[in-house]
Parts: sequence; structure tokens; C-alpha cells
Amino acid sequence: MAELTYRDAVARGIAQEMERDPDVVCIGEDIAKAGGVFKATWGLFDKFGAKRVCDTPIAEQAILGAAMGAAMTGLKPVAEIMFADFAAVCWDFFANEFPKTRYMTNGQVGVPLVVRLGNGGAARFGAQHSQSVENWCMMIPGLKVVAPSSPVDVVGLMAAAIRDPDPVIFLEHKSLYATKGPVPDGEIVDTLGTAKILRTGRDATILALALMVPRALAAAEELKSKHGIDCEVIDLRSLVPLDTRTILASLGRTHRLFTVEENPRLCGWGAEIVSIVADEAFFDLDGPPVRITTPHIPLPAADNLEDVVLPSVSRIVETVRRSLAS
Amino acid sequence: MKSAAPPADIPADTRLHLYHLQVLIREAEQRAYDLFLENLVKGTSHLSLGQEAIAAGFAAAMQPGDLSFCTYRGHAHTLARGVSVEKVLGELMYRDNGLMRGKGGSMHLTSVEHGVMGSYAIIGAHLCIANGAAWRAQYRGEKDVSTCFFGDGTTNIGAFHEALNFAAIWKLPVVFVCENNLYMEYTLNADVTAVEHPAADRAAAYGLERIVIDGNDADAVYNAAKAAYARARAGEGPSMIECLTYRHSGHSRADPAKYRPAGELEKWKKRDPLKIYRARLESLGVAAAKLTEIEQRAKAEVNAATEACRAAPPPPVDIAFTDVYANGGAAWRN
Ligand SMILES: Cc1ncc(C[n+]2csc(CCOP(=O)(O)OP(=O)(O)O)c2C)c(N)n1
Ligand SMILES: [Mg+2]
Repeated sequence: MAELTYRDAVARGIAQEMERDPDVVCIGEDIAKAGGVFKATWGLFDKFGAKRVCDTPIAEQAILGAAMGAAMTGLKPVAEIMFADFAAVCWDFFANEFPKTRYMTNGQVGVPLVVRLGNGGAARFGAQHSQSVENWCMMIPGLKVVAPSSPVDVVGLMAAAIRDPDPVIFLEHKSLYATKGPVPDGEIVDTLGTAKILRTGRDATILALALMVPRALAAAEELKSKHGIDCEVIDLRSLVPLDTRTILASLGRTHRLFTVEENPRLCGWGAEIVSIVADEAFFDLDGPPVRITTPHIPLPAADNLEDVVLPSVSRIVETVRRSLAS
Repeated sequence: MKSAAPPADIPADTRLHLYHLQVLIREAEQRAYDLFLENLVKGTSHLSLGQEAIAAGFAAAMQPGDLSFCTYRGHAHTLARGVSVEKVLGELMYRDNGLMRGKGGSMHLTSVEHGVMGSYAIIGAHLCIANGAAWRAQYRGEKDVSTCFFGDGTTNIGAFHEALNFAAIWKLPVVFVCENNLYMEYTLNADVTAVEHPAADRAAAYGLERIVIDGNDADAVYNAAKAAYARARAGEGPSMIECLTYRHSGHSRADPAKYRPAGELEKWKKRDPLKIYRARLESLGVAAAKLTEIEQRAKAEVNAATEACRAAPPPPVDIAFTDVYANGGAAWRN
């Protein structure tokens, strides 16, 4: 068992797969010699060489196109888009090319690749380097969308994503890169589409993703110790496939639902889950489902402003407490 | 412009094959148009009438295992790689016998077993994707070459430039083929382009040879293709070949092409690739009866395919829900 950072877990997960499968290759801006702007691919170039860990020009369409053509013909590329916001300049690949090819070709061509993106806020980078783009990705049929919150999940879900025969959008949270957690030795392979119950509780279910997971856990601690409210916290980990079974089962025990979403409010993943709950578990609810989200605004750069708009531990605590009291 | 004179070293049977491909494409495309007038081809379709020599010349120069990446104007390239007329027309008619059983349609013809790795309808992307297939070949030491076909208008989108630079720096075994038919959809590409030769002049900026050929002469196309494939297989990197041509029909089936100046179509029809090639073969001593036989064979194949497609059922509705994901289904949740 080692204590790894989330950032080192990225490289560990990729290295694990590169060692077992020579078809796994990495491609992106500054990922090779420099080890990535977030240092998440640190060490891969030294270990696997320039043939398998490739620096590219600043050309996001060329990067994703190369990954796609290689994936269609037998390789398993792991492409990096430095900041998730940059997905907007190569969105054709997310929206049109990766996800529709298998369908349009009647199953002739698959696109087994992973796109890693530095996602999310709380790093004071301003509106164009801080967005949470999970909903952009989730809305497209044909993509899988993964967003781990801990180092061990990074390793296992990275392995699962690389082995998966479909295009997987792998959202690494920039503000989690420096966080640490225990990671067992040896091969780790997780399962896409499985949520994790990180804390059991009787009074309410709190769903969270990526950076919102540690915040939800901290809020749950405070709700318990200060207010006697016992929350179950579920880390979704994967938006597509979505583990609705785990969500609905939890709701069947707690009867109250809260989502904690970093994305701007409109069409956030929580909205889809609330709609599923309204359809399929309405009579399990003892009160309205509540979405705790970033407001529908671009993210401000200044630390005090960003702290106000991103869901915080205190906002989660207050929202849950008030909702359960009313 | 390079190599206008017919070189003598193209084998006789290759020449007959080149003629056969061009005639077959002409017949199939004409039939696609007729079926559209009968309301049996739905949606949109983009014909290559007048551009047949490019598809024929490149396909004939390819080896089995080589990969083609086409655009929405891709029927010709798909047929040229050996996909049956029935499969192509069946797809255009949204029948169950279609190449993708109606799930892709006219703009997305794909046949992996023939090396047709897809037809792409968002301008620019597939140049980058062809690079990826070429990267795989280079990475694994495989000898296949990827060819990417696109139009003159495509040279102005960013992905074109990203792809060229990328292919050049990695010396990828990819051949870019610009079918310069002068027009984007309805606008003369020259009116919106900073250079005279939209592909070749830009290629030079990425360190590639500036190649402009007569795209209506199948021999010229074949020879340029051969040379590019030899370079690619020798590890000498990508090529860009700009083929001058003209489409006889409108951009898509909805387009009467009223924007063309009077006389332009007639001028180009005098340079019809099929006429040019028939005359070439006759001048080389091929018997007229042989050429007529090739033409009859193509007509018969298209007729038989048409009848098969008319008789074919539409796809069963359950396939609307298959192959979204690799497990064969569409489930996004448990
Ligand atoms: C990104 C993008 N922009 C615009 C279009 C609409 N469009 C379809 S075909 C076309 C013209 C393309 O012209 P050219 O590259 O010369 O090819 P041609 O149709 O002449 O073969 C346009 C603008 C598109 N499909 N994709
Ligand atoms: Mg054109």
C-alpha cells in the first residue's frame, strides 16, 4: 500500500496499462518530455519512450483525430486535452466523431480511446480554465463519462477506461491533483458505471462527483456531529454509464435526495437524476429533491468570488439542514 | 500542372480496370439521381458525376489493406474500393440490404472489409482521423497507407491545417487528395481563398511538394497516386495532391447549381473524364467492342442492384437501438 497523489495516480494507472498492452499510447501537448502541465503524465516518457508517449503541436483537433484514427484501426490511445475548457475547440470529435461512428457504421467501427481532461474549478483560473464540462459530455449518446475523486479510483477507473471498447471521457479534477490517498500495490482494475457509497446514513442521500465528493463528506461529518443528521454520501464516479440502482436503493433507505454539482445549474447531471427519481422513485421521497449547484454564471477568477459560487461545505450543510427541518 | 501526357507504362489491364471503375461510378451515380427523382432516395446525397477519374485512379493505385477516408461525397470512392452497387444504393434508399442497413445514410458510407474507413460529413475532421490510422501503421510497422479525400472548400477550415502540419512533422504514411471542383456548396472557392491552388499552395507551406494534376485524366491521377503511395510506404511521409475537376451536378440533390456562369458546365463536359478515357483507350488500340462490353457490364450491375434494392425491405426498427455502445446496445444506465 502506497500513499499516492491523485496526480501520480494518473500516471500509475496509465503505466499499468501500457505495461500490459503495447497498443496503449499517449498523445497530447507537453505530456511527454515535460510530463504534462499538471505533471499527471510524469515519468511515462522516461519509462516508455517517445514512440509511445508523444508530444504534439497545439492542435486539439489533430490530437483527437489522431487518437480516433489510431483507435479505429487497433491502438488504444490516451489523449490529453490540457484544460477541459479546450474541449470547445475540438468539440466536433466529442459530439460527432467519437460517439456516432459505431452507430452509423452499423457496428463496423469502434473508437476505443480515452480523452483525459483537466476539469473543474477552485484553482482561481477564471472562466475559461475552470469549467466543469461533465454535462457537455454526458448529453451525447455514445460517450462514456468518468470523473474520479480519489487516487485509488483514478488508477482503477483509468485502467477500466483504457480497456473499455468505447470512447471514454476521463475528467481529472485539477483541484484534486495534489490530494493524497492510499493505493494498494499491484494491478487495480475498477468497473465503469459503478457508484461508491462512501458513508452510510439514514436521513438523506447526498450525491457528489469529483471535487464535490470531499466537500460532501466533510458536510456529512458536520451534519452528524453538529446537527445529528445522518447522511449517506455516494460518489457517482461515472455519469455514463450511470449507476441508478445504487442511487435508487439508497433513496429507498433515506427518502431524501441532495445533489452536489460543480457544473453551472442548467442541465446539470443532478437534473437528470432528479428526473429519474421523479419517474421511478417518487413515492420513496419524503420531501423535494434538492440540487446544490454552482449558479448559472461563468466562474469568476478571484478567490473570494469563486468560493462563494462553488458549492461549499457550509452551503451543503446549510441546505441539507434547512431542507430537513422544513 | 503535372503529367498531362498519357504515360506508356500503365499496364493494359489496369487501364481497362480504370475505365470500368469510372463507368460503374457514372452509372451508379446517375441511377442514384434517377432514384431520387422517384423519391426512392430520401434525405440528401452528393454525387461525383464528373469526378470519377479521381476515385478510379486512386483506388486502382491502392493495395489491399490500404485505407480510404471519404467525405459525404463518397459514393464514388466506396464503389471504387469494390463495395457492391447494391450495398451503396441500398444504403441511399434506406433498405435493409444497405451497407449500414440505413443507420448511416448516403453521407457516411463505410465498409471496413474493403478498407473504406468511413465517410465524414463534418468538414475537416477526417483529415485528422486519417492521420491517426497512418500513425497506427507507422507505430506498428505496417505497410498500409491511408488516403483522405476532400474538396477545395475544406482547405479553409482549421482542421485541414492542423492535419497537414501534424502529418508532416510525424512523416505519416497518409495521402491527402483535394478534389478541386471549384465550388464549395454554392460559392466559388476562389472568391474566399487567399491562394490560387487552395490545397497545393498550402501544402508547400508545410514543406510538402506542390502537386496539381488534371483530375479528369485517370492516368494522371493513377500515376500521381502511385508515386505518393511509394513515398508513403518508403517512410518518406505525407503527400498532398490537388486534382482539378468539376462536378456535373449540383452540390447536393437539392441544388440546381444556378450560380454557375453560362457555358461553364458545357466547357467541362468537353473534358468529361469518361470521354477522355474512352478516347485514350481507343487511341491505344483497345477494340470498341471491349469498351462497349465494359459499359454494358456496368449498366447490368447497376440495373440488377436497383431491382434488388427496390425489392429489399426497410431495416427492422429494433436496429435503431443497437450499436450505440460496444456491448451492442444503447443502455446508458443500469
Ligand atoms: C464544419 C462544416 N461546415 C460546413 C458544412 C456544410 N457543408 C457541407 S459540404 C460543404 C462544401 C464543401 O466544399 P468542398 O470542400 O469543396 O467539397 P465538395 O462538396 O465540393 O466536394 C459545406 C460548406 C459542413 N458539413 N461542415
Ligand atoms: Mg468543392
